[in-house]
This record gives sequence, C-alpha cells and structure tokens, in this order.
Amino acid sequence: MAFIPHTAADVTAMLSTIGVERLEELFEEIPRALRIETLPGVPAALNEMQISRLMSERARSDGQPLCFIGAGAYEHHIPAAVWAIATRGEFYSAYTPYQAEASQGTLQTIYEFQTMIASLTGMQVANASLYDGASAFAEACLMATRLNRKSKSLNILVPEAVHPHYRKVARTVIAHQGVRITPVPFDARSGRTAAAALEAHANEDITALAIQQPNFFGVLEDVDALSQWARSRSIPVIAIVNPVSLALLEPPGGWRGGADIVVGEGQPLGIPLASGGPYFGFMATRQEHVRQMPGRIVGRTLDLAGHPGFTLTLQAREQHIRRGRATSNICTNQGLMVTAATVYLALMGPQGLERVAAASHERAHRLIAALTRHAGVRRAFSAPFFHEAVILLEQPVAPVLEALAGEGIHGGLDLSRDYPQLGNALLTCATETKTDEDIERFARALGELI
Amino acid sequence: MSVRPEPVIFEYSRPGRGASDQWPAQTAHLSELPAELRRRAPPLLPEVSELEAVRHYTRLSQLNFSIETHFYPLGSCTMKYNPKACNQLAMLPGFLARHPLAPAPHGQGLLACLYELQEMLRAVTGMSAVSLTPMAGAQGEFAGVAMIRAYHEARGDHARREIIVPEAAHGTNPATATMCGYALREIPVAADGDIALDDLRAALGPQTAGIMLTNPSTLGVFERRIVEVAALVHEAGGLLYYDGANLNAILGKVRPGDMGFDVMHMNLHKTFSTPHGGGGPGAGAVGVGKRLEPYLPVPIVTREGERYRFLDEADRPHSIGRLSAFMGNTGVLLRAYVYMRLLGREGMPLVADMATLNANYLLACLMRAGFDAAYPSRRATHELVITLKRQARELEVTAMDFAKRLLDHGMHAPTTYFPLLVPECLLIEPTETESRETLDRFVAAMSQILQEARQEPEQVRGAPHNMVVRRLDDVRAAKQLDLTWKPTP
Amino acid sequence: MSQIPSDLKYTKTHEWVRTLSDGAIEVGITDHAQEALGDLVFVELPEAGRKVGAGEPYAVVESVKAASDIYSPVAGEVSAVNAALSKTPELINQDPYGAGWIARLKASDPALRTGLLSAQEYEQHLAAEDH
Repeated sequence: MAFIPHTAADVTAMLSTIGVERLEELFEEIPRALRIETLPGVPAALNEMQISRLMSERARSDGQPLCFIGAGAYEHHIPAAVWAIATRGEFYSAYTPYQAEASQGTLQTIYEFQTMIASLTGMQVANASLYDGASAFAEACLMATRLNRKSKSLNILVPEAVHPHYRKVARTVIAHQGVRITPVPFDARSGRTAAAALEAHANEDITALAIQQPNFFGVLEDVDALSQWARSRSIPVIAIVNPVSLALLEPPGGWRGGADIVVGEGQPLGIPLASGGPYFGFMATRQEHVRQMPGRIVGRTLDLAGHPGFTLTLQAREQHIRRGRATSNICTNQGLMVTAATVYLALMGPQGLERVAAASHERAHRLIAALTRHAGVRRAFSAPFFHEAVILLEQPVAPVLEALAGEGIHGGLDLSRDYPQLGNALLTCATETKTDEDIERFARALGELI
Repeated sequence: MSVRPEPVIFEYSRPGRGASDQWPAQTAHLSELPAELRRRAPPLLPEVSELEAVRHYTRLSQLNFSIETHFYPLGSCTMKYNPKACNQLAMLPGFLARHPLAPAPHGQGLLACLYELQEMLRAVTGMSAVSLTPMAGAQGEFAGVAMIRAYHEARGDHARREIIVPEAAHGTNPATATMCGYALREIPVAADGDIALDDLRAALGPQTAGIMLTNPSTLGVFERRIVEVAALVHEAGGLLYYDGANLNAILGKVRPGDMGFDVMHMNLHKTFSTPHGGGGPGAGAVGVGKRLEPYLPVPIVTREGERYRFLDEADRPHSIGRLSAFMGNTGVLLRAYVYMRLLGREGMPLVADMATLNANYLLACLMRAGFDAAYPSRRATHELVITLKRQARELEVTAMDFAKRLLDHGMHAPTTYFPLLVPECLLIEPTETESRETLDRFVAAMSQILQEARQEPEQVRGAPHNMVVRRLDDVRAAKQLDLTWKPTP
Repeated sequence: MSQIPSDLKYTKTHEWVRTLSDGAIEVGITDHAQEALGDLVFVELPEAGRKVGAGEPYAVVESVKAASDIYSPVAGEVSAVNAALSKTPELINQDPYGAGWIARLKASDPALRTGLLSAQEYEQHLAAEDH
C-alpha cells in the first residue's frame, strides 16, 4: 500500500532507535485539535488492476475522433523513439539539475535544445523552457518592459489576431505590475494586421509590439512591414511563432525589423495533444538581453580537470537567489517535454521538419479546397495561410460541430464567441497526419449537414 | 551507470543523414507561401540516423542520477517513487489523442477524472473549492496571491499593499509577492524554529494584505502556534496563504483549511508523485475557502447531474482569469489522480506516518554519528535540517563538499544551503518510499565522509571524483557564456 | 578578518564612500561584501548622468550565488562609472577599495550625507551581524 516498504518489524526497530514507543509520539508537536481521524471525501484505495480497468473504460469512452482542430495545439506524427526515451527513468524521475555532476544527461540535453531553438528562431540564446506558449508570451511582455526602461507607458500593442487565450493569460499575469495591452485590429478582408493599423499609435509612447506568425487565424502576416514599423521607432518586438512553421518561414531574427524576444508553443515538436498539457513554452532572445530572460539557462564550462561539462548558469536572475527582485517567480518548468522535443528535433532534422511543415501546408490547402467545394462554405480571408484557415458558413457553427462530433469528426473551433464580428466562422486545420480519405470524409459529412 | 562523456549531438551530424522513416513524403509544391516569407538558410538541427539519435540520448540518460537509480533525499522536493501505472494510464490513447478544445460531451471520461481529483484534493486540504490549472507551484502561488488581491480590491480596500513572509521562506514566495505588485515585509523566525509572534504582531496592520506560510515550515518543523498566527492575521484583516510544498508531512492527518488558511497551492509533483522530469512539468493546483471561490482561475470542472463540463470566464466573471492557453498540465493531473486512487483514504495518513518515521529515524542516526541538528529539541517532520557549521570551521569542509562526496557514494545529495537561515545546512527528506536499509546506507556514507574530512580532507574538498565530470567551474560558466553549440569554422 | 580602511566612510549595506578632491564621492563595496558574494561575474552599471535618490539602488553586482543591489548614499547624479568592470568584474574581488571602485556621484545637496559609518562603526556593525 502507498508504495511503502516498511514491515511491522521495521517500524518497531526504527521507533526504538528514535527512542519512542509509539509512532504517535512523533506527531506530538501538532495540536490535537487539528488532527483528523478520517478522510470522508476520499474513496477507499484501489489496487493497480482496479484503477487500470477504470482508466481504460474512461479513456475508451472518449473515443479517438478524427481531429481537425488547431488553434494553438497541433496533431503531428510523433516517432515512437521520442517517448520511449523521454520516459526512461533516468530522465523521467530526475530532479532539476542543481547538482550538475549528477545531471549531465539532462543538462546536455537542454544545451542541445537551446541550440536548436536559438537557430530555429534566428536568435542567439534560448532558455530551458517556460510553462506554455501563453505564459511565455506573458513573461515576454514583462521582459520587454525591462528592456525598454525609457518607455514609461507600460503599454504593449498586441494584434487582435494574436491567440485570444494568450492575450487573456498575459492580462492575468501582467496586470498587477501596471502593464497593459492595447489591441490592434486586423483587416477583415485579408485577415492580416495592417501596418496602417499601427499608424494610429505612431506618436504614442509604446513599450513593445507583439507579432504572431502565423497568426491565430493561420494567416501569414507581413512580418517585415510590422517589425520594421517597430524598429524604426526603437520599439522592441515580441514575436510569437509556430516552431514547425520555422522550417519553412524566415525566423524572427531575419525579419526586416528583427525581433528582441521570440516565444511560442513547443507542443508541435513531439508532444501529444494530451487533452491540453503538459506542453512547453520556448523563449529566445538576443545575446545582449540574456540577463533579462526568465527561466533556467544551461551553459557549457570546464571542470576541475579541464574537461567540458554543463551546468545551470546565470542563476542569480532566478527566484532561489534574487527572491523579491527575480526576473520571474518560475521554478519548476517543463523539463520532460524539453527532453522529448530535443529527441524529436534530432530525429526529424532540418529535412524532416521542413517536410512536416510542407506536408501540413499542402494538406490544409487540400482540406480548404474540399470544404469550400460546397455552396455555403467559403474562405473568410484572402491572405495566404500556413496550415489552418477560417471558413464561413451560412448557419451557426455550434450545431454543425456538434453533429460532426457525433460522427467522430472534430471539425475545428467555433470562433463566434471570441470574434463575433466574423459571423459564422470556423477555424479548421489539417496537418501531415490527415489522409485524402480523412479529408473526403470530413467534406462529405459537412456537405450533408449544410 | 556509464561514466563516459558523450559528444554534443551536432558532432554526429553528416549532411543528408536523417531518420527518413519518420518524415512524410516530399510535397510537390507549396501553394501559397509567398517567396519573401520563405526561410533563407536551413536551421541548425542534427542530421543523424535514428539509431544514432536513440543511442546518444540513451547514453545521456545514463549520466543522470534519478529516483529510479539512486536514493535522492532532496529536502522540500519529496522525491518519492513515481509509480509506472500513473504514467501508463495517463498516456492511454483516448486521453493522449484528445485535443484540448474538443467538445466536452466527448471528453466525459477525462472530465470525470479531473472532477474527482478536484474533490479528493478538497478533502485532503479542507478547502471549499479547487482549480487544477496552475502549471507549477510558482504559478499556483501567483494565483493564490492574485486572488488575495482580487478579494481586497472587491471590498474597496486599497490600503493593503504588503505581504508578510518569514525570512526562511522559499524564494518563489517573495518573487510571487512582487509579481502581484505587493511590497514585502519579512519577519524573523525564533530560535526554536517557530515564527516570532511579537514580530508578527508588529508587522500586522491595515497595510497587511496577507501572509505566506508553509507548515511544516521550510526549517522542517511544525509551526506549533499556527492557530494563533491565523487568528492574529485574520484579526488584522489579512488572509493566510499556504505553500503546500511540505504537505507530505501531514497528508491525511492535518488539513490546511483547519489550520486557518484561506488559500493554498499543492505541488502535485511532490506530494502526489508526478514525475520531476529533470525540471518539470509540475502542477500547482490551488484550493480556496468560501471567501475566495469567485476568484479561482479558470477553467474549473463542474458536474451537472451526470454530466461534466468546464466552467470558464463567462461562468465565473470574477475569476482572476486564465493562467494557461488550455487547462493546465492535464497529463500531470491524470497521473496525480491515479496515484491518489491507489493511495485511497487509508493510504494517505500512512504516507505521512512513514515519511515522518523515516525523517526522525535519520535524525536520530545522524545525531548519533556526530552530526548537529539545526533544531535538536524539535521533532523532525517529513524532513530534517542538519548544520555542518562546526565541521566547516574545524575541518574547513563545507556542506557543498559533503554533498559532492555523497555523489561518489552513489547517492544524490540532499538540498544544500536552504533554508538560508541555517549556515552550512543540509535539508534531508527521505520520503516514505525508502527502506530502512537505504537510510542506514546513507548514514554510513555520511559517517565515512566525516571520517575522511578529518583524515583526508582534500578528498572531500575535491569531490566528486567518480562522476563523469569533476566539480564544474560555475564562475567561468557565468562569465564566459557558452549557451549554444557553434560549429567550428 | 576583512579589510576596513580607516580613511573611508561606510554604509550598513556594505558600501564604502571616498570623498574626492573635487567634492564628488567615489563608491564601491567593502572587502566583507566581495568575500561574501564570491567571484563576481557581472556588474550592471548605470549610465553617467543618471539621477539617483538617497538609499536608491542604482547598480547590481552579480556572482554565481547572489546578485546584490548597490545603494546610493546620497541624492544626486552619477558623474562617472568604472567601465573596466564590464570586462573584468573580478577587480572588485581583487582590489575592492582601489581598482574595484564602482561609480562616482555628485551629491545634489552636499549636506545630505547622513547615516554614514566610520571605519570603527562599520567594524562593530559587522561584528553585530555575525551573531
């Protein structure tokens, strides 16, 4: 029970060593009035056989539908080796690598990860991860205020085409430090954020500009124009990017105006959808900003014998040392997911990742073509898209999605709550995992419903 | 354990090599990617075969100490066995393949698990309501303090700008208070390890928003006057926040709600045995009393008759908001759920019993072996603190030296230099899943190192000797930043 | 036993103050402070011309185990910073009272130099801290 090895004989012997007669005496410092004797809200223990059966039934009841939902979490093929390695006990049950000599496996993996993320994003340094893309964006907003101390407004421009949950999380986290977000509208025809929309703020004190590429609608923004608008006004740029898309798209480091902080959701890199988490947020920045970057960072150094080794570095920025003046309160991050993502990227390499991005792009275009074959279904936006897009129906989306779900198809995300101005809008996605038959099945089912 | 250094993965790269079985077929053309947006130079990613990648990362894993390979008595981290069933069942295909935005009617199995987890956590903590969304203890702390702020602001009380924190607190506590826009007020701990009540009284006032505490405290002892502390803080109009890092000591025996706490976080990756993963992912579920219920972060799982669904901002207009893009670290929550079902109501107090037995046994044995307890007149809880101040002074061997030499004995070191209050300290938490023999081996190793410190101190000061690397130069690491691999030109 | 030159003034937060011939003051951290911090790896220096209030932090010294704020003993303006510390922060460890000086400040009100300790008072302060 409870994975406890002690026998009655063990307990007796140990109590004797301690010099007490009963276990109860070890708890004598706790006021009697606080002690509880039972736990009525907790069921009786199950053994492994019983809980396995319960969980199998529950997992089975949720089924395995055909998934065309994107909106920040994407289904990609995950090689079997990724989780076979990540769930090895030596990675799975290791702690944060504070004792470097006993953690070279984890530390070197993170160093390799930092290298891959820095290169993918076109930046010089990356950290060892944050909780997810949304909280990484919130941390980026706070970091931008530290980078741009000249700006007193603490006002960050964030396009409405940035993921609604990212904007909500950022507001929750930054509100208490006096930082606010000002929305920038998108163009209703193209789905892009126009540089002209930024012009409304041309003479204001702006602390930072956020740019998401592709944006929440899957649309490809004119990142050169947007980043250049900011750079020409010495406004730091926060880029939010999809890591798979970076195999095909020029990364923020290469945008005409460049970027100062790059963040995003790492889930597409070998992490299963898993009902929402755990995922991981990545963050990368320029060399000169490294001391303002939150989270753990691994560095390579030498040991006493002059041999190379890895260790956590720049820890003075973190909560366990700086305490009240830390860059963030983050302690535990998403270490295991980083291990998985590193193995994934090693298996895919530059060619494989490009193939995944290209195939996803092509599948999504085939999907949109198939769906818009029907009268009553059309594309919402004219600008090019990466691997998801918004389609417009001539009837409310919710009942259509419900009926599709009844047939084992999760068709996408209803946008009517977050973007009522779009009307009956549905955000739908296809990755390399969708076959021609999958797409046909969805298109046929939709056709029967509208 | 293999003790061979392993090159960085990029050193195995050869142009054109790759695990091509994992790649989709090449796409003929890219319909709509504007040329000006296309990537100009390929990213630096490894070009290796699948076997090379598997071999490399397997070898790297073998360079780690982990619970599955070594005794890992890190104080305040609760390094107990992570049951394999928890991992396997959380990764069942039905759970693993589900998109977070998939419709609730088709996720009833998952939602039932999450709802029952909320209920079990409520029961063991004595709180009225729980939200599972914070993704780590620190995020849970942020949510807790943000809720305290929301509560006072809703009452129109804007004078409360301070959070009280004992000087022994974990670093996330003051960092969190600052993130929420509060000023810090630190109060001292008395010589016996409890909070100094007079100092607390002096710190309380109309400016007090709340206090952040752990019980048992970070010093490894139970805050004996907690009921009085709670009364004083409430009288002054403040709220009490409980840092749940040390819940393992009192699981099933004492509930933070009964102690007077208004809000708390739990570390599911400590008390509820989800894996530490080399630095996460964790989960920092929060619990609240009735007063703070409206402010809980969303989404929360609710049950309506026989059906479950998520409550979000529309259902909870006073919520502090969202903390994650989706619903937090769901996979971690499922692992905690399985663990709690395996423990059941009988198993939880047993955890606290054996964790406390193990810590007190270690305390007795270590004192007998000549080590100094930081609080010799107190019972250990689930962890204990020893101080090597005397050895540092007499033998010039520090707590860090002891920690490094323990690695040579095949054991991970305890937590060093925390709590900050105790000089040259080791904070040791064996957990309930370790056997008596393992504890005896630890004491024997410590005794051996003490002996060695007297006779051959250089061996201890220069430790570790048997690991894949010797002690690392962290001054160089911070001054000559080498944070990414670069190809030699 | 840490060095405490008798011709300097000190603060409770372990900075030293030297009055220069032109009335400006030169500041750094004491031998005790550099010893406690360990090898310094980075110093965050303010820009010359930056205004500071008395008791306000205006620089940061960072070692592997700590990052400490440096507080200004006067209200005034930063007139110069020791740029050598950007490349060689260890000058503070090697020569805390000489080559390891951090900044020079011009007080806005010369009379407002309150709370400075003499060498003897600083020594007593150190003894009291180390109970």
